[in-house]
Amino acid sequence: MALEIPKEKFVGKTVQTRLGATAEQGGTRGKSLLIGAAEGLPFHSFEASNPNPPLIGMDVVDTLRGIDDQLKNMMGDVIADPVSWAKSCESEWHADFVVLKLMSANPEEENRSTEECASTVREVLKAIKLPLIVYGSGSYEKDSKLMEDVSGAAAGERIFIGLAEEDNYKSFAAAAMSNGHGIVGFSNLDINLAKQIAILLMDYGVNREDILIDPLQAALGVGLEYSYSVIERLRQGALMGDASLQTSIICDCSVAWNAREALDANGKLGKVTSRAINWEVITAETSLIAGADLLIMRHPESVKMIREVSGSLLGGE
Amino acid sequence: MQLANKKVSLDECPYVDEEAKTALEESGAPPIGLVKFGGSGRELEIGDETELYRHEKKFYHPTVLTLAVRDNVSEDEQRSSIEQAKSLEFERVGQMIRLDALALCNESGESKAFEALAQLAMKECDLPLILFGVDPESLGPTAKICQERRPILATANKSNLDEMIALAKELDLPLCISADNLEELSEISTMTKEKEIKNIVLDLTRSDLKQQLEDLTIVRRMAIKSSFRPFGHPTLIWSGTSDEELMKATLGIPKYASIIILQSAAPEKVYPLMTLRQNIYTDPQVPLQVEEKIYDIGSPQPDSPLLLTTNFSLTYFTVAGDIEKSGVPSWLLVANTEGLSVMTAFAAGKLTAEGVAKLIETADIKEKCTSGSIIIPGMISRMSGKLNELTGLNVIVGPRESAALPKFLKNLPG
Repeated sequence: MALEIPKEKFVGKTVQTRLGATAEQGGTRGKSLLIGAAEGLPFHSFEASNPNPPLIGMDVVDTLRGIDDQLKNMMGDVIADPVSWAKSCESEWHADFVVLKLMSANPEEENRSTEECASTVREVLKAIKLPLIVYGSGSYEKDSKLMEDVSGAAAGERIFIGLAEEDNYKSFAAAAMSNGHGIVGFSNLDINLAKQIAILLMDYGVNREDILIDPLQAALGVGLEYSYSVIERLRQGALMGDASLQTSIICDCSVAWNAREALDANGKLGKVTSRAINWEVITAETSLIAGADLLIMRHPESVKMIREVSGSLLGGE
Repeated sequence: MQLANKKVSLDECPYVDEEAKTALEESGAPPIGLVKFGGSGRELEIGDETELYRHEKKFYHPTVLTLAVRDNVSEDEQRSSIEQAKSLEFERVGQMIRLDALALCNESGESKAFEALAQLAMKECDLPLILFGVDPESLGPTAKICQERRPILATANKSNLDEMIALAKELDLPLCISADNLEELSEISTMTKEKEIKNIVLDLTRSDLKQQLEDLTIVRRMAIKSSFRPFGHPTLIWSGTSDEELMKATLGIPKYASIIILQSAAPEKVYPLMTLRQNIYTDPQVPLQVEEKIYDIGSPQPDSPLLLTTNFSLTYFTVAGDIEKSGVPSWLLVANTEGLSVMTAFAAGKLTAEGVAKLIETADIKEKCTSGSIIIPGMISRMSGKLNELTGLNVIVGPRESAALPKFLKNLPG
């Protein structure tokens, strides 16, 4: 008697979202990327269609403050300048997209002007053909103005800007909508907050197709289990038909480099460089399995490994 | 009712006949059987899981991480593998995590070499064992030597099934079975069960991650959701060659592998995997906690700043990380709030001025930290008056968000 495999069918599916705009679409990106439209649990191709494979992006930080010295040494001189860093992401490390983090705008540290930051965005867009996501400094006040300038600097390119929270979402929404960009909404490991930020943005007039959700990626060893379960629940909620959860999920796995144990010098824990890379890869792989659609990675070697993971999960070579 | 609640065993009923007994026992059995192996003192339990997703309740029996040792390499190599396995033991957030077991592999196909390896392993360590081979004749003598350790016998497949079953039965050992596909596996599982082997482990090793995820998922789903008995057993996977090892083990830990066999034991690979296992198998209802005590961050002096936070591990890690970022060496006093975060603990009355004052007194904080001040989280500023009254310390209200700590500490006067 043939074994009957139970298959799960869901009523809901996630919306399809496009990152980046080509010349035909009004921008200058080499190609635009599609994500979402998932009808089932991640990598469950035996029972569901998930047409768009996960996207693997890399981050570029516009200031080296706060980046660990060991990591700086591993990455080399190229990261001293955001434009050369972004170029390497594209041509050497083969990222799908780049996330430019404008940390230098932080008014409590470097406090670089919004105009200067916007010109970094312009330069990066000129230097690479990949779709771009731009994150602010985390300061609500500064980021409101910052995103207005960034949006203008990237007009037509369909970038995504983040991270929008309850306290700043209106300025993000206005900045994004005025130039046809998308928004990354942020929720602090809380499925209800994830719903809420999506609803707030939609009520303000943002299309669901223009929203990604960042549920806060906690690194391995520092709360990964919370992220894992929140991502699983977000995806399940979406498939069960909750429209406010049917946006694609973006996870910033570069946080692995902040985990103390990743870079701990304790020799009993093995070689530092490979341990740290493994730390990032495990963080990223568990998120993929849980339901992440877009990953933000930092180390080129991690990118290579997670691409293999993704390929193997999709059934390729 | 008592039976349904598993308060009494069916054996105590004098009226029920054998057939009814089997049927009743069957229906009352857990969806996934519990298998125990390993000698006394180091016994391991696998299986007996009830959920597909950890957030629905929890995962109960953490994945057993196992190192393979082969009998066709030199004794020195065998010895060094065993030593390495023993050395992989760490204390992490208050729990011991370790490499749990050895998989002895009869690669040579000879029984003498396998016996020698088993003798060595038993002499050098008390780790639980899994005996891998395909030839029951070659496995048999070794299995007898190790019987007291209660190893798992592996692997029975369609070509050696009867002999392996006979051996498992003779020595009363758990038996691991494998097949090329799930349909065949369900048949072999049924046959094994019919021969009264109760402790079964399913070898579900697959070559790519897609098939690996698919088969682990289907087996778990059918066992739990459809009560499909042939799949109601713990699972085992080989993590493959060194390139694939990390990715396969990373998949197996959250996705239902009860045992993962690793080919190499480099700590930079195994330690992160152990950490993942600890994370995934944390009870979602009982947050991971750090010990209630004073932590030194950087190398603080007696007059360095003193900060207060809760013992919810995520809160502790965040605050400790942000203090580190500030570059200001500090003391961090962690109060036991039963794993609640600052706001929740305060609202629930688990973080009170009285409690903190008592902790400061019993832990001799004032002797250690002479600044005369304590920095409390901005969220609980309301506590400051009372805490000052009770301790005499100058209470400084810190930022509401941990992320603001670097700037706050750098700008702290004095």
